[in-house]
Amino acid sequence: MERGRLVALLAVLAITTGIVGITANDSESLDGFISFLTVFLTTVAIFAIFALGLNVQWGYTGIFNFGIVAFFMVGAYTSALVTKEPSSSEFVKYVGGLGLAEGLGPLNLEGLTGFILGALAAAVVSGIVAFLIAIPALRLREDYLAIATIGVAEVFRRIAIEEEGLVNGTRGLTGIPRPLHDLVSPPDYKFIYLAIAVVVLVIIFIAIERGARSPWGRVLKAIREDELATAASGKNIFAFRMQAFVLGAMIMGIGGAVYSANQGSIVPDTFSHFFGTFIIWAMLMVGGSGSNRGAIVGAYVVWGFWTLTGLIQPHLPEALEARTSYIRDLLIGLLIVVTLLLRPNGLMGEEKRVSLFVEQENKRQPPQVVAPATESAED
Amino acid sequence: MVRSLTRAVALIGSARREYGRLADKAGTVGLWLLIVLLLVVGVIDARQYLVTGIIVGSIIALGALGITLIFGILKFAHFAHGDMMMFGAYIALAALVGGGSIGPLSFGWGMIFAILLSMAVLAAGSVAIDRVVYRPLRQRGSGTVVLAIASLGVAIMLRAIMLLWWGPDQQLYVSGIHPASELPFDIMLKPDQIFIVATAVLLMATVYLLLFRTKMGKAMRAMSDNADLARVTGIDTEQVVMWTWLIGGALAAVAGILLGIQSNLKPELGFTLLLPLFAGAILGGLGSPQGALVGAMIVGISQEVFVGIDLPFPPFGVPGYKPAVAFGILILVLLVRPRGLFGKT
Repeated sequence: MERGRLVALLAVLAITTGIVGITANDSESLDGFISFLTVFLTTVAIFAIFALGLNVQWGYTGIFNFGIVAFFMVGAYTSALVTKEPSSSEFVKYVGGLGLAEGLGPLNLEGLTGFILGALAAAVVSGIVAFLIAIPALRLREDYLAIATIGVAEVFRRIAIEEEGLVNGTRGLTGIPRPLHDLVSPPDYKFIYLAIAVVVLVIIFIAIERGARSPWGRVLKAIREDELATAASGKNIFAFRMQAFVLGAMIMGIGGAVYSANQGSIVPDTFSHFFGTFIIWAMLMVGGSGSNRGAIVGAYVVWGFWTLTGLIQPHLPEALEARTSYIRDLLIGLLIVVTLLLRPNGLMGEEKRVSLFVEQENKRQPPQVVAPATESAED
Repeated sequence: MVRSLTRAVALIGSARREYGRLADKAGTVGLWLLIVLLLVVGVIDARQYLVTGIIVGSIIALGALGITLIFGILKFAHFAHGDMMMFGAYIALAALVGGGSIGPLSFGWGMIFAILLSMAVLAAGSVAIDRVVYRPLRQRGSGTVVLAIASLGVAIMLRAIMLLWWGPDQQLYVSGIHPASELPFDIMLKPDQIFIVATAVLLMATVYLLLFRTKMGKAMRAMSDNADLARVTGIDTEQVVMWTWLIGGALAAVAGILLGIQSNLKPELGFTLLLPLFAGAILGGLGSPQGALVGAMIVGISQEVFVGIDLPFPPFGVPGYKPAVAFGILILVLLVRPRGLFGKT
């Protein structure tokens, strides 16, 4: 096994053991233990969706998005406004409230249709925002887009706070409908939601994997490696970059939708730079940009690390306990820098396989070449 | 649909290249006209806000100057600059001992000492960070984007250290009320604010002399123009890089402290500062020191004057929309003249 994968496996194992061990020790009952793990995995799945979106932008195309939280936020609010009922109180003001989670007659499917429509709406609106911001910024140097996305994130948060009637200002939205909620008793709902989050993650994963191995995906990688050469081969660089940026933003929007339905309530302060952008960059860098598996492993490892340090917190001396969360911040920053310095390709590294057809050929007739080539084509 | 839309945008782009020179001129003239309009409106309708804008603008200018120098020499967007400013402000807070006051100012000589100490710490600290993080990446031949991500990591770490050491709450250098004195034309001004502008002007003049009157400044400008050419003419580029960080770090420290004097200190502020800093640097033209001063001043003034103008629709009259004003300027510049007012093609 390649060294990076071994390290990745060890990291996953260590974090799993740590979390399982400490929760098993801390929980009063088996229920508490299982419940903790379920919530943990749901969060990992949601973060992994964002990391996959970032991988399309940064990992495949080299587009620089420092405002992931903007698309996260747009997605979360859009799906909430689409699924929620209109406001019934004069103290709670927000636009829309299409109530799709309740309506739709026989097509309701316990709110599942509403949830799917909400997620699609989130994807569309995030995509439009990405498109608009890309018009001035994507044509220029990469850094300009990074700054523009930071700006969007900042401005959207201000708008959500200042425009009282838009999304209920700082009080935020509560009672966001949760799909399939009436199927089981409330304590068991978290299992259903874990399944929903994992299904969304898997669908997105498969879609990106296929896309990345299509001619389209190869153009994206070519652009990342050498823009000029790709342009010389007759590819419209700007159009491809735009597609990758918009697609990544749409995935982030869906992530926002899955997040808001899981939480049930959102306020503008939920969408901080730290949890909305920084930690997702750390996940992709650690997992390995350019690798979808890496993005998911990164999400697991970084969030696992985060959770683990949180679990250790109560066992620490009092003076340290109060500020543990900042030590965690510090370690996340350190993780990004150290990964860049020591393992620029992350734990998983980029997958070398570039075409669906090579695999099919290999299956039919294993290549007779030396071992390393087979390995790179297989894994 | 995305494809046809992008194609439409690409078409507009090619049209812009076609009439490039004309559009560029029109963009420049348009931008300057808007700036003049802003100043006129400010003088007529929002004098107090205009003055505040000049104070805020001179603070942003010190930060933007550092960003533009680092960009010129190292060719990457330094995303840790806002957090570096805040860090400088906190170092001064820690070093600030003894009360008293110099004349009408709210702080005493202790503050001057704190400023100098913070400048030294940040200057040395920036060089140290460069040696540990950026230089290895540079020597490996990593792209500028990788350096920018590394600077994000550094920003997160600086922020965490501030939170760890000083806590998340807002802090002040000197508490208490410091009355503003009334000047002609209904302008209120605090002595502290005169100190802010004076310090900023002094530092800008120093940087100007350093850049245009010393040999190191000449080397810096040469490297900013063309790093390879500078290297073959025998300029020690690592030395130039070191000086860039020394200057950038020291300027960031003072900018942060002045911001702390004007408003307050909070670790979270660092990252949000990036928007006005970069908006100013890009408006002036990334890599151009004069540009950074003018651009930052315009961003500072716009942020305040827009709050002062009382129109019934956003972003006018709402202090919360200051970042939106900076963002609007950024997008406008990227659309009509991406190389900025003083940028080279």
